[in-house]
Amino acid sequence: MRTLSWVYLGAIFTFILLPVVVLVIFSFQDGRLPVPPFKGATLKWYAKILADRDLMEALVNSLMVAVLSSLVAVTLGFLAASGLARTVLPGSALMRGLLIAPMTVSYLIIGLGLLQMFNQVGIRPSLLATGIGHVVINLPLCFAIVYAAIGEHQKSALQAARDLGAREWQVLWHIAAPMLAPSLAAAFFLSFTFSWDEFIIAFLLTRFDVTLPVEIWSMLRSGLSPATNAVGSLVFLVSVAVVVTLELTLFRKGSK
Amino acid sequence: MSIERIEKRQGATLVAPALLWTLVFFVLPFLAMALMSLSHLEGRSVVSGPDLRNYAKIFTEPSLLKGIAVSLEITALVTVISVALAWPLAWIIATRIPVRWRRLALLLAVLPFWTSYVVRSYSWALVLGEKGVVMNALVGLGMLSEPVQIMATRSATVIGFVHFFVMLLTLTIYSNLIQLSPNYARAAEDLGASRWQVIRLVILPLTLPGVVTGAFLTFVLCIGDYITPQILGGNNELTLPQLIMLQLGRRGDYPMASALSLVLMLIVTLAYLACARWLKMERV
Repeated sequence: MRTLSWVYLGAIFTFILLPVVVLVIFSFQDGRLPVPPFKGATLKWYAKILADRDLMEALVNSLMVAVLSSLVAVTLGFLAASGLARTVLPGSALMRGLLIAPMTVSYLIIGLGLLQMFNQVGIRPSLLATGIGHVVINLPLCFAIVYAAIGEHQKSALQAARDLGAREWQVLWHIAAPMLAPSLAAAFFLSFTFSWDEFIIAFLLTRFDVTLPVEIWSMLRSGLSPATNAVGSLVFLVSVAVVVTLELTLFRKGSK
Repeated sequence: MSIERIEKRQGATLVAPALLWTLVFFVLPFLAMALMSLSHLEGRSVVSGPDLRNYAKIFTEPSLLKGIAVSLEITALVTVISVALAWPLAWIIATRIPVRWRRLALLLAVLPFWTSYVVRSYSWALVLGEKGVVMNALVGLGMLSEPVQIMATRSATVIGFVHFFVMLLTLTIYSNLIQLSPNYARAAEDLGASRWQVIRLVILPLTLPGVVTGAFLTFVLCIGDYITPQILGGNNELTLPQLIMLQLGRRGDYPMASALSLVLMLIVTLAYLACARWLKMERV
């Protein structure tokens, strides 16, 4: 069984890692096509994409949409979770259900619905529209994460602050937010990742200013090119670097 | 005002923004879409119904009906293969790999998550193409006399999907496995079960709730995805999301796109009900 395990492990890791390895290797291809044979290493494709103004604009757009939409989603989710954890409101279960509902609907359908509504009220496709869509998909996640983190201990601390005369915003800002900081950070980080990588909503709801996945999509239409490999590799390497840094700093500190 | 009423009012004030956002940007668009699906397109203008022409068309026109079938087939196949590949991987990582290497193994198993979704599909196009690495190796090793067409077929779509969902399911099944007490396996072994029997009769059934949850997630994400079939499967056989996008692009047929979206939602809801029911039965 031991040999079988190792053989299986080797085979499945090859399958999982093959496309990424091929992607990165052929981003250095000194030729026009990112397929074998490998003709030697060059950095010219990286130079090309870093000088590509549309691509860099799309990258900045993506960052902006991801940061702002995640901030809104985390804030709304945090407020709603504190409100619902505080007292039993009439229809609490229904409200929770409604807040979670978008999680079960395909992004395509959420995007299509927003597109039609925006068309009817005359809002043009834009980064703002995309950001609104990203808040819709991430709000359920943020709400669920923060809501799950508010236990009995947290509830009594908040109640104590109120009994001692703190105003509601003081309770939220000085007690709830610091106490829930790890889950707020996790919610923000996850939202950011989903927004950063989201394609279909951004594709439907942007026109002139686009996000990075949409820009990459339009690069694909011109066929295989080492430039696309270079963009993909760059996104990959930056993400891995961010994850490793978080792992080494934030989470290690947290576990001590 | 009693304290309780103040509490309730303040609680409601806090929930209101999120609720309002969900109502305006999720419920309202959905209702607009449902209404739109009941109108139809004549020439280039939308004739408001309400009528059921789009739905009648979906269930009579072969190309649309086939899209639903193709989506269901691909999704079922992907879900089954992904679970079958991910379970042994999660099990090996959870039980065979030394503890200090576990985190690294898990990190490697989900490494491609960190490149973007669009790029991941593109890199499979790179690998599976006629001149790609795989065909090159197979022809070079003499296992094939000439390249076989995989790109722009259903196989390419399935491979691309399986790649993504093996990673996802490995995570969910792994977290399930490490929560199991090792005593289950020990007890079974003491009672004379062979290793295979322990896995098949003890460990596997204990992870089933986690597997079903993961499989449901796979089903939902797979059947609603446009990118993978569009990049890898091409236009030879269209899935439901591809058909929806086609309605938008070609004629601006929003009513039909809306009706197809509602069919997609219906399928997901049915799958959810089936899973929820199964999980509840399991718990009793």
